[in-house]
Amino acid sequence: MPQGYEFFLIPGLPLLAFLVISAFATRKQDEELAPAFIIIALTGSLVLSFRALMMVAAQGELERTVPWLSVGTLSLDLGVLVDYLSAGMMVVVCVVSLLVQIYSIGYMRGENGYGRYFAYMSLFSGSMLGLVISNNLAQTYIFWELVGICSYLLIGFWYRRPAAAAAAKKAFVVTRFGDLGFLAGILVLSALPNASFGFADLAHRVETQRLAVGTATLVSLLIFCGAMGKSAQFPLHIWLPDAMEGPTPVSALIHAATMVAAGVYLVARTYFLFAVAPTALFVVASIGTLTLFLAATMGVAENDIKRVMAYSTVSQLGYMMMALGVGGYTAGVFHLTTHAFFKALLFLTAGSVIHTLHSNNMWEMGGLRKRMPITAITCLVGALALAGMPPLAGFWSKDEILTAAWHSKLAGHQVFFLAALVSAFITAFYVFRLWFLTFGGEPRTAQARQAHESPWVMGGPLVILGALAAVAGVLKKSVPGTGQGLGELLSREGAPEPFSWLVMGLSVAAATGGIALAWAAYSRGLVSPAAFNRRFPGVYALLKNAWYFNHAWELFATRVVIAGSALAAWFDRHVVDGMVNGVAWLCGRVGQRLRALQTGQMQFYVAVLVLGVIASLLVLVTRETPKLTGWWR
Amino acid sequence: MNEIPPIQGYVIISALLFAIGLTAVLVRRNAIAVLMGIELMLNAANLNFVAFWRYHGAERMEGQVFAVIVITLAVAEAAVALAIILSVYRRFRTVNVDQINLMKG
Repeated sequence: MPQGYEFFLIPGLPLLAFLVISAFATRKQDEELAPAFIIIALTGSLVLSFRALMMVAAQGELERTVPWLSVGTLSLDLGVLVDYLSAGMMVVVCVVSLLVQIYSIGYMRGENGYGRYFAYMSLFSGSMLGLVISNNLAQTYIFWELVGICSYLLIGFWYRRPAAAAAAKKAFVVTRFGDLGFLAGILVLSALPNASFGFADLAHRVETQRLAVGTATLVSLLIFCGAMGKSAQFPLHIWLPDAMEGPTPVSALIHAATMVAAGVYLVARTYFLFAVAPTALFVVASIGTLTLFLAATMGVAENDIKRVMAYSTVSQLGYMMMALGVGGYTAGVFHLTTHAFFKALLFLTAGSVIHTLHSNNMWEMGGLRKRMPITAITCLVGALALAGMPPLAGFWSKDEILTAAWHSKLAGHQVFFLAALVSAFITAFYVFRLWFLTFGGEPRTAQARQAHESPWVMGGPLVILGALAAVAGVLKKSVPGTGQGLGELLSREGAPEPFSWLVMGLSVAAATGGIALAWAAYSRGLVSPAAFNRRFPGVYALLKNAWYFNHAWELFATRVVIAGSALAAWFDRHVVDGMVNGVAWLCGRVGQRLRALQTGQMQFYVAVLVLGVIASLLVLVTRETPKLTGWWR
Repeated sequence: MNEIPPIQGYVIISALLFAIGLTAVLVRRNAIAVLMGIELMLNAANLNFVAFWRYHGAERMEGQVFAVIVITLAVAEAAVALAIILSVYRRFRTVNVDQINLMKG
């Protein structure tokens, strides 16, 4: 077998594990085997992903395809594209997924549907890896929908709970809005002459300027629609907080580290399109900025530990989008990587707490640092990384995003920078509010007093992720297996943005300020949040209700959509059906009249036939008279 | 006999023959008479075939061959038609085509 085809196995192994688990390990007595299959498969994928990374370092990009089907001149291939972006992303996905699976062994023990859970998880891991490694948009779309359906299945894992079923449906329907745009983008591309979906072909087309700027803008905006749905960007962000109804490891893997980052990855993958379309870049940056600011403020007033993290995820995804929009390609991808580690870590620590307390409400926790030291410390590492304190991973990537916004040539980049800086302050505040409420102070309930540390099968992944969240910043200087920094590997336009002491100082100051405020308010009681809420009830209500976006969407759904549907139904019933019925009525009436001609008299039929022939002959003769005159002479 | 008589005579006779046959088909009530009308029409066509063959120089044989084929067909058609008329007679006790109107819509 020629070199390179083994990379088909990277998504292939977990998909195979899905089949094996579905077939052999979903019954009660075999369920214990299920995690073994997925862990073996993911280990294989991880080794192959590292091999891919080293191969790219040694030989450059690599693309392998097998033909799948061809329609006219358009041919669809199944292919793998291995470059630094996809190989790096695959390593991240494999590492996080592997750790989450190990954690799940402990977290999901004794649940109904233990085997089903790991079957879905394998399907998800395989689909996600397939999405990342895909070499063309059509294949990306297939896996894009597959991860969507896995997300649906896993959010609704406890499908007997009405809230979980509703959340699953909401996630599915809301992301579908975006996916429609993505599909439309693919269709626009397929309508171009010599259509091709391959990333390499498209990039070449853009380079040789055979793609009009208008088309590039349209296609990139449509693709961004898909990314908005998947990455929960404003105004389609409303599904992600509800998705927290799923098991916590699912939230960690799908709704923090990997699937929601797929939107960012897609934009990064098709960045060559965005790069020639300044309008599209501006839209990406604006949506990202709106998202990062709004979501950060929503996190402040939330009491459910997982929902705080969900808003935080939305906000951080906004940071990534904004980075891509202002031209900080490297910064966006870098933040995607570090965020995958520290956010997965934060979710898993939350899961560890929920596992022992059976409650999501932070006000029913408190003082857990003494009872659960490993969870508390790893959560602190994750929180510091999220807040962006040096030298943890989040600091380096967030700093790079801020620098990119600062130096951007985009109109209004000062606004983007300012919003990102303010949100960094809010981020630090809400994540340390979470930490102090959960782990600081004294236990507020009996359960919190009797909490116990989680078993090692859960603690181990926490420690490893904690270490990764702490040191992932070195990727900036050196990516393992390649010996170069992320910036040099990814950037296409030469040197990354210059380092700026001013930006770094502001970023650290914002983070420190946020942490200090949280400490003052929730640990020392120097500032009273309750007093603030009494003083500004409007602000509190606004934040508490997440800026009323759910209400707005509900209003939109119940008023606009239903009114529109009623109009469409009326049109269908009266105009469309009316036309169909009218045609039927007309045929009936005409038939009624014409049946008189069917006398049953054979001779009448012959007479009509003869008359017809004579009439035809007459027509023929009059038309052809010039040719026929003199025929009888 | 090198002198070719003018074609008009043949064509006029053929046309009359055809018209008579058609009239029989259209107006006669008796199915046998209708059948005879059809035979007349076929023979009108035959007459045309032979006349035009002769008029066009008689080197090629198509005209005559067609006439022979039409005669053969006419025989076969008459056999089938008479069989049908016989069976119609057994069913309806009449061969009057006016009274056979099962095809009425």
